[in-house]
Amino acid sequence: MAGIPHDHYEPGSGAEKWLHKRLPVVSLVYDTLMIPTPKNLNWMWIWGIVLAFCLVLQIVTGIVLAMHYTPHVDMAFASIEHIMRDVNGGHMLRYLHANGGSLFFFAVYCHIFRGLYYGSYKAPREVTWIIGMLIYLAMMATAFMGYVLPWGQMSFWGATVITGLFGAIPGVGPTIQEWLLGGPAVDNATLNRFFSLHYLLPFVIAALVAVHIWAFHTTGNGNPTGVEVRRSSKEEAQKDTVPFWPYFVIKDLFALAVILAIFFAVVGFMPNYLGHPDNYTEANPLVTPVHIVPEWYFLPFYAILRAFTSEVWVVQWANMLSFGIIDAKFFGVLAMFGAIVVMFLVPWLDTSSVRSGRYRPMFKWWFALLVIDFVVLMWCGAMPAEEPYATISLIASAYWFAYFLIILPLLGVIEKPLPQPATIEEDFKAHYPHAAE
Amino acid sequence: MFRKIAITTVSALAFSMGAAQAAGNGEVHDVAFSFEGPFGKYDQFQLQRGLQVFTEVCSGCHGLKQVPIRTLADPGGPQLPADQVRAYAASLDDVELPGGESRPREWTDKFPSRSGDGMGPDLSLMAKGRAGFSGPYGTGINQMFRGMGGPEYIVSILTGYTGEEIEEAGSIFYENHAFPGGKIAMSPPLSDEQVDYADGHPNSLHHMAEDVSAFLMWAAEPKMMARKQAGFVAVTFLVLLSVLLYLSNKKLWAGTKGKKFTA
Repeated sequence: MAGIPHDHYEPGSGAEKWLHKRLPVVSLVYDTLMIPTPKNLNWMWIWGIVLAFCLVLQIVTGIVLAMHYTPHVDMAFASIEHIMRDVNGGHMLRYLHANGGSLFFFAVYCHIFRGLYYGSYKAPREVTWIIGMLIYLAMMATAFMGYVLPWGQMSFWGATVITGLFGAIPGVGPTIQEWLLGGPAVDNATLNRFFSLHYLLPFVIAALVAVHIWAFHTTGNGNPTGVEVRRSSKEEAQKDTVPFWPYFVIKDLFALAVILAIFFAVVGFMPNYLGHPDNYTEANPLVTPVHIVPEWYFLPFYAILRAFTSEVWVVQWANMLSFGIIDAKFFGVLAMFGAIVVMFLVPWLDTSSVRSGRYRPMFKWWFALLVIDFVVLMWCGAMPAEEPYATISLIASAYWFAYFLIILPLLGVIEKPLPQPATIEEDFKAHYPHAAE
Repeated sequence: MFRKIAITTVSALAFSMGAAQAAGNGEVHDVAFSFEGPFGKYDQFQLQRGLQVFTEVCSGCHGLKQVPIRTLADPGGPQLPADQVRAYAASLDDVELPGGESRPREWTDKFPSRSGDGMGPDLSLMAKGRAGFSGPYGTGINQMFRGMGGPEYIVSILTGYTGEEIEEAGSIFYENHAFPGGKIAMSPPLSDEQVDYADGHPNSLHHMAEDVSAFLMWAAEPKMMARKQAGFVAVTFLVLLSVLLYLSNKKLWAGTKGKKFTA
């Protein structure tokens, strides 16, 4: 690949040469681990390893849980209690898996917002960004279906509400919904297919992760300055980079250990903190919970979904202009998916030639507002659908779209960026004046 | 700048989610249970008293169908001697077999379930299925120290009756400030000195309510003590590992950053 110039693997012994001719697997591992990495990466570049760890954790705990779980509407809830009470270490496995999902999403949000601030999505890393977004979508599908499996009240009603979104599509909606559910309502067929897909999708994610890493190993890592590594010679590249092993492996492992200490404190001391108590009541199609609330990581998009009621003028206009095809419910669904679509498109919506938010004086503030906006949406999503939350959700949803569709394209034109360092080495030396040549 | 934003986000998350997810709008009062907090443990004798209250009072109308009887002998629970648990199992309702037959209940069976007219909900997971705390109690990581308020909710229900009866559409409801909506179909189940404890422990309404709630917390989360211990061991080792990795990282980068490594 046409990456940053660096030393490649040379097979030494006869056995290595023999293998290298037939399958250059050692070379692949060597080049992956020794990839030149910008030496100025800050602590926001540690989330990748946390995410990789989460994927492995979820797959390993999930496979063992699946050995004891029964995907049947009459037995699913009791089989979870069997895991919690009778399976050796089952309670830890389940709490690790349930909270592991939360850590996974926490890390992915940190990772995504890191990318949004430092312009990681900009050329030539658009493909990395888009694959990342696909991973995020697959994560959401996996998490949603996994939450249905314990067959508690929130499992059942969450599945009913979310699959109902597809039913809002004009014309074909009800057919699609029935096809997704395997019947007219959430039932055994739904539980079985969700279990099957919940087991399948993590492996799809694993494959996407491999491509994600391949993509940014081709372009090289981004870095906090957004300035590219010099590539004209190996010597110059070495001034900007250090090999991934051992420098970033050890740094990332340190960060992972700190995060896991917090994670295990949550799992050990308050494992139900992020769950909903209603899910300890077995699913009952005849009793609707007072508030149906998704897991915390879906709340921002849930808030956007609910923000567009029939009282909002945009919705009324859309309704009128589409001759009633787009009603409030369908508008909400479009808004929710649209909120994710704009993230896919951000490489082309951001018109600024400067990558890093560090050198963009106006962008910084709009970005900070976006982070606050995300938290506000999350809070609104957890609140009942009433005032003042409805109005706050609407304003916050509007900002989400405005950031991507109006602010980012405009800023690139009107903003005067600050001077950027010429090289990564220069930035590094500004932090560490005594750094070696 | 970015780090600050990240920290703000993290703390905002931590502090908003608890409040967001607490349910119930009745009055629930905090109780300082022995099993709260990272080092909290079940009080074995309180669980035994709670089992007595459950058996003599609650079990008439409420099942405990997820709980295997043998777990009464497990460490980290009431930890009754095995022969007592076997005898206790035999004293419970027979197990119905297909074809109308029945056999005596063994300790490997679960507690009986209750269903039908006038019977109450199963209590196996009640202490985790209700979050008593809303408002300032549930707003943040103080849940780590006070819990979600499930057992507090049960105590508050048992002690929350005002004595008023409300007739509605031919049914009698009992006014109860802890129950969402303020009225409950269950008649006041417990009164002062209703259960005689063998160990002579005080048996006021409030004492009995706390004992049975502690027992139900154990019934819902029987592996709590093992879990906290595992959490404690994991956190300790990870903190040690973090220190070692921090020092390794510092030493590793010292040359590149032009710093002297002193540790």
